[in-house]
Amino acid sequence: MNALGRFYGTSIGKKIVMAVTGVVWIGYVTIHMAGNMLAHVGPEAINAYAATLKSIAPLLWGTRIALLVSIVLHVHAAFTLKRLDRLARPVGYDRQRFQASTLASRVMGWGGVLLLVFLIYHLLDLTLGVLNPTFSHTDVYGNLQASLTVAWVAVFYVIATVALAGHLYHGVWSLFQTMGVIHPRYERLRRVVATVIAILVPVGFATVPTAILFGWMR
Amino acid sequence: MNLTLRVWRQDGPEAAGRFETVPAPDMSPDMSFLEMLDVTNERLNDDGKEPIAFDSDCREGICGACSLVINGQPHGPMRGTTVCQLHMRSFRDGDVIVIEPWRATSFPVLKDLVVDRSALDRIVEAGGFIGVATGGVPDANTIPIPKDVAETAMDAAACIGCGACVAACPNASAMLFTAAKVTHLGVLPQGQPERYRRALSMVDRMDLEGFGGCTNYGECHAACPKEIPLETIARLNRDFLVGSVAGRTE
Amino acid sequence: MELNAKVPDGPLAEKWQRYRFDMKLVNPANKRKHRVIVVGSGLAGASAAATMAELGYRVQCLCFQDSSRRAHSIAAQGGINAAKNYQNDGDSIYRLFYDTIKGGDFRSREANTYRLAEISTQIIDQCVAQGVPFAREYGGLLDNRSFGGAQVSRTFYARGQTGQQLLLGAYQALARQVGLGAVEMRPRTEMLDIIVVDGRARGVVARDLVTGKIESHLADAVVLATGGYANVFYLSTNAMGCNVTATWRAYKRGAAFANPCYTQIHPTCIPVEGEFQSKLTLMSESLRNDGRVWVPKTPGDKRAPQDIPEADRDYYLERKYPSFGNLAPRDISSRAAKEATDEGRGVGKTGLGVYLDFADAIQRLGASTIEERYGNLFEMYNRITAEDPYQVPMRIYPAPHYTMGGLWVDYNLMSTLPGLHVIGEANYSDHGANRLGASALMQGLADGYFIIPATIGDYLAGAELAPVPEDHPAVRAAEASVRDKTQRLLDVNGSRHVDSFHRELGRIVWEKCGMARNEQGLQEALQRIPEIRAEFWRDVRVLGSADTFNQSLEKAGRVADFLEFAELMCRDALIRRESCGGHFREEFQTAEGEAVRNDAEFAHVAAWEYRGDDAEPVRHVEPLSFENVHLAVRSYK
Ligand SMILES: Cc1cc2nc3c(=O)[nH]c(=O)nc-3n(C[C@H](O)[C@H](O)[C@H](O)COP(=O)(O)OP(=O)(O)OC[C@H]3O[C@@H](n4cnc5c(N)ncnc54)[C@H](O)[C@@H]3O)c2cc1C
Ligand code: HEM
Ligand code: HEM
Ligand code: SF4
Ligand code: F3S
Ligand code: FES
Repeated sequence: MNALGRFYGTSIGKKIVMAVTGVVWIGYVTIHMAGNMLAHVGPEAINAYAATLKSIAPLLWGTRIALLVSIVLHVHAAFTLKRLDRLARPVGYDRQRFQASTLASRVMGWGGVLLLVFLIYHLLDLTLGVLNPTFSHTDVYGNLQASLTVAWVAVFYVIATVALAGHLYHGVWSLFQTMGVIHPRYERLRRVVATVIAILVPVGFATVPTAILFGWMR
Repeated sequence: MNLTLRVWRQDGPEAAGRFETVPAPDMSPDMSFLEMLDVTNERLNDDGKEPIAFDSDCREGICGACSLVINGQPHGPMRGTTVCQLHMRSFRDGDVIVIEPWRATSFPVLKDLVVDRSALDRIVEAGGFIGVATGGVPDANTIPIPKDVAETAMDAAACIGCGACVAACPNASAMLFTAAKVTHLGVLPQGQPERYRRALSMVDRMDLEGFGGCTNYGECHAACPKEIPLETIARLNRDFLVGSVAGRTE
Repeated sequence: MELNAKVPDGPLAEKWQRYRFDMKLVNPANKRKHRVIVVGSGLAGASAAATMAELGYRVQCLCFQDSSRRAHSIAAQGGINAAKNYQNDGDSIYRLFYDTIKGGDFRSREANTYRLAEISTQIIDQCVAQGVPFAREYGGLLDNRSFGGAQVSRTFYARGQTGQQLLLGAYQALARQVGLGAVEMRPRTEMLDIIVVDGRARGVVARDLVTGKIESHLADAVVLATGGYANVFYLSTNAMGCNVTATWRAYKRGAAFANPCYTQIHPTCIPVEGEFQSKLTLMSESLRNDGRVWVPKTPGDKRAPQDIPEADRDYYLERKYPSFGNLAPRDISSRAAKEATDEGRGVGKTGLGVYLDFADAIQRLGASTIEERYGNLFEMYNRITAEDPYQVPMRIYPAPHYTMGGLWVDYNLMSTLPGLHVIGEANYSDHGANRLGASALMQGLADGYFIIPATIGDYLAGAELAPVPEDHPAVRAAEASVRDKTQRLLDVNGSRHVDSFHRELGRIVWEKCGMARNEQGLQEALQRIPEIRAEFWRDVRVLGSADTFNQSLEKAGRVADFLEFAELMCRDALIRRESCGGHFREEFQTAEGEAVRNDAEFAHVAAWEYRGDDAEPVRHVEPLSFENVHLAVRSYK
């Protein structure tokens, strides 16, 4: 424990925890996005898929616990680090001219916060259904229809995917560096992988709210 | 060429600083940036105004003393160049040049553009060395070292300890500086015995000194006059991780 | 004052070993009781402080930079010599010793120079163990280059940053001891006086450059490692802060100053551009391995270099010194360049420059090889001059670079002031009248890692050192004199800034006591310098106060000392009526303009004793006896 505490107590330790928990979430969102594609196939497909997942209790709860722990750590690390960073440079420059950093890297914090807000709403909306009058634990398809036909909800979902895109664009690239698993030979590949994930996943996600909003899916 | 300087003036560590506008007329493009400041200071002195304090010594890009943020860029606009090697050719007649000190909690301003960088020395004192005492060492050629390994070590060892990486990093993180040393010593056979404990204790010190964390912005590398590769940071992270997993040795 | 060199007897090759056996030792328990102050954290200072701390002494180390790692040693480019004979090309300790003595024009002490060569091999072992990333061959073994006119490859190097890497090695060893609490490091602290109690150096008075506080630091012995005084010329390859202050104030407390007129002018530096110039940049001598030096045959030939046909070019080094050619030693190449420009054959805007041409080398080896070898130097040159050496030849000109003169020391590296030891460039050292390339780094580290840690013990064990109270009259007096001098600088409050005086002094010293000297010029200098000094004390303007961070005040103090020192330098040059090494007296040369040494009258070290500001200094002499080498005429033809 003490060793763990000391590890998490350091800036790099926290950063590595963020990377690992980040990976957990990348895995999840990728699968989640894929699953969501079944909505395009039809109500039966996605509902059946959801049903099977939920029928396997260990898988369901295992994932949920992993996700919960990860996000808590991830967010805690994120906020403590950001605090340190602020304290490290209280007085800024007249105007700093950035030379290398990507916009994505500079908005990780806010993007993350947005994702957090989204997640909370999202769970209340589509998992617990409290924001969703006609919510049914078996009819995922119906639930989607119910909430995403409301214009602002759909828009909010799409915005969330944009935040996710930025977060993944830097995050996926960054985590290899953080975990020290890089090699000059794969330097470009790393960028490519990050870009691909940062496009595929969010776009995939976005198709569902968009389709429902414009009534292509009913 | 005629220039206008907006310089940060601060009387002491406690005093509140302010920007001061100083005209810098008829300068030569062949001057180095610091020579331009010398001339400006001579003029100030003649007008009975205190000259602008700034650090410099070797004036050939190797000692790491010079440390100015010029128009929002540590060491100015030219890549892989220290301020002392920067020449006025890189500016245009009529330019307004903003000059600031390195800004970081761990680098308190002593006066005007001069900051206290002893925090970097303390990071090295925490473990940035190979612990051999003088004498009783084997012949220099007993351990052959592959050329590429020696080159990697040299690339990292080229760090001049100027602190521009800290100044450039939006988090005022000292990762590149620390990583450069950990890499230099960590890739060499002589550095193996202390490799992981070195990484751990240097990182502890780095945090203790109040530097920020690294979120892989890459600004440090871009500002680094010796273009220390970002890869060194990955090495530091790796050695730190391995060291932590393998268990701290002390 | 008598100059007792204390050279141990016995055959040359055994002196050091014998000495180490005969010397008194301090027992480990007592080492902790002894406190040593090291002034300077360059190669000499850092290595000495670290090693003495390792041995158990309590060490305090001062430097004026903001970090000990920034000492001027960091700027050394070319490399460090060692008689390893790894290349199997016939090198040996004896050969390195002989080359160094000969290179120094037979004006250094045999025993010291031999010891230097002897220790050189241990230095490389030590540095490699510390992780200094020397250049290597593909087989993984250390690479060597031939450097500065040596005919064997004995120079170890780390790209163009050898000094940096060696200093970082020493700095890290020092940092380790600081971390362990064995060394108290005091950066941004300038030593301004030596505290002498009962005829022994017992500490220093220093100014905290941040707070302006004047403090005394007491100890059982003091080691000066404060570097050279080449900045007396104002323009030199030295760092801005390099100064004579530490050694000069020690001189005034009883340490004799030896051979101040021996200064080295480095042949390959970037020529002066204009008035505003603050320093000169060295282009590593290694460039001469592939570059060819030439000037136009006819004076005033203003054609662009590429338009000048071979027939109209004078590769004067190759012409004059067939066997050494472009690799002729520094003093020789520098003087040859001066001759050429004096004849009006100089190149560049100012006419004060000669070409260093790589066209042939690029032809022969290809641009890529040249880039591999000198890439970073070409880049540096291009950055400063905005000219591309791959296209047009470099322009170079000699510049003050190193000072062989310094405080006189005996075999133990102790000055004539008991307890005050002097190491590195600060002592008059092992280089005689001229230093060979890549041997200063060697000397700094030999002194610091291996010699002083041994000899200091001999001193401490032998001397009875009663503790000195903080308020001892000698301490108070020293503090008072420092405070007084500092205040006087501020009180003048005249109209001229410090640099204007430094420039004026520099110009005189460069013209009258630079690459070539003559009686009349030196007389003029001795006339002018006191005038400038008087002017300085009448009209200098130093703003700000003594009790704050005040860079003008620091500069003023250093320039004030240069203004006094320069006089001694010219005085020494005037009396040395011969040409030897870096000291070329125009009156003493052959028809072809080669230096003429006068061994009958001047085969000695001249050490000057201070007798008060108004009294003439006294010149003492240490005769140099050569039992192992015979004084040859130094010919590189
Ligand atoms: C550009 C250049 C290139 C060179 N290249 C080579 C080379 O390739 N090979 C070679 O062998 N030699 C070379 N030399 C020479 C060599 O670098 C120096 O002679 C050597 O490094 C001197 O080391 P040092 O420790 O004696 O003094 P320095 O390294 O000059 O250190 C002086 C120290 O004393 C301190 N100090 C000075 N005055 C005071 C004071 N009043 N109070 C407190 N502290 C003080 C300074 O802070 C500094 O720490 C080169 C020199 C120059 C200028
Ligand atoms: C933008 C389009 C998205 C849609 C249409 C969508 C849809 C859904 C649906 C329908 C559920 C409920 C599944 C069920 O209860 O059977 C769900 C659960 C969930 N979604 Fe999303 N989602 C989207 C984006 C996201 C994003 C971007 C994230 C994460 C950053 C995310 C994280 C979650 C989580 C954590 C759950 C709870 C899983 C569980 O029940 O354990 N979703 N999503
Ligand atoms: C929900 C709230 C979240 C917040 C507040 C948040 C915040 C942050 C912050 C501030 C960083 C630091 C940037 C860096 O160190 O490079 C970061 C990194 C990262 N985040 Fe998040 N994030 C959140 C959610 C997520 C999610 C849902 C994922 C995955 C889909 C994710 C994946 C990552 C990854 C991979 C990194 C890179 C870690 C590294 O650089 O090593 N984060 N996050
Ligand atoms: S890493 Fe680069 S920027 Fe940072 S201290 Fe070293 S040289 Fe300066
Ligand atoms: S800029 Fe800062 S965030 Fe890391 S990569 Fe460089 S230290
Ligand atoms: S002054 Fe030495 S690096 Fe700029």
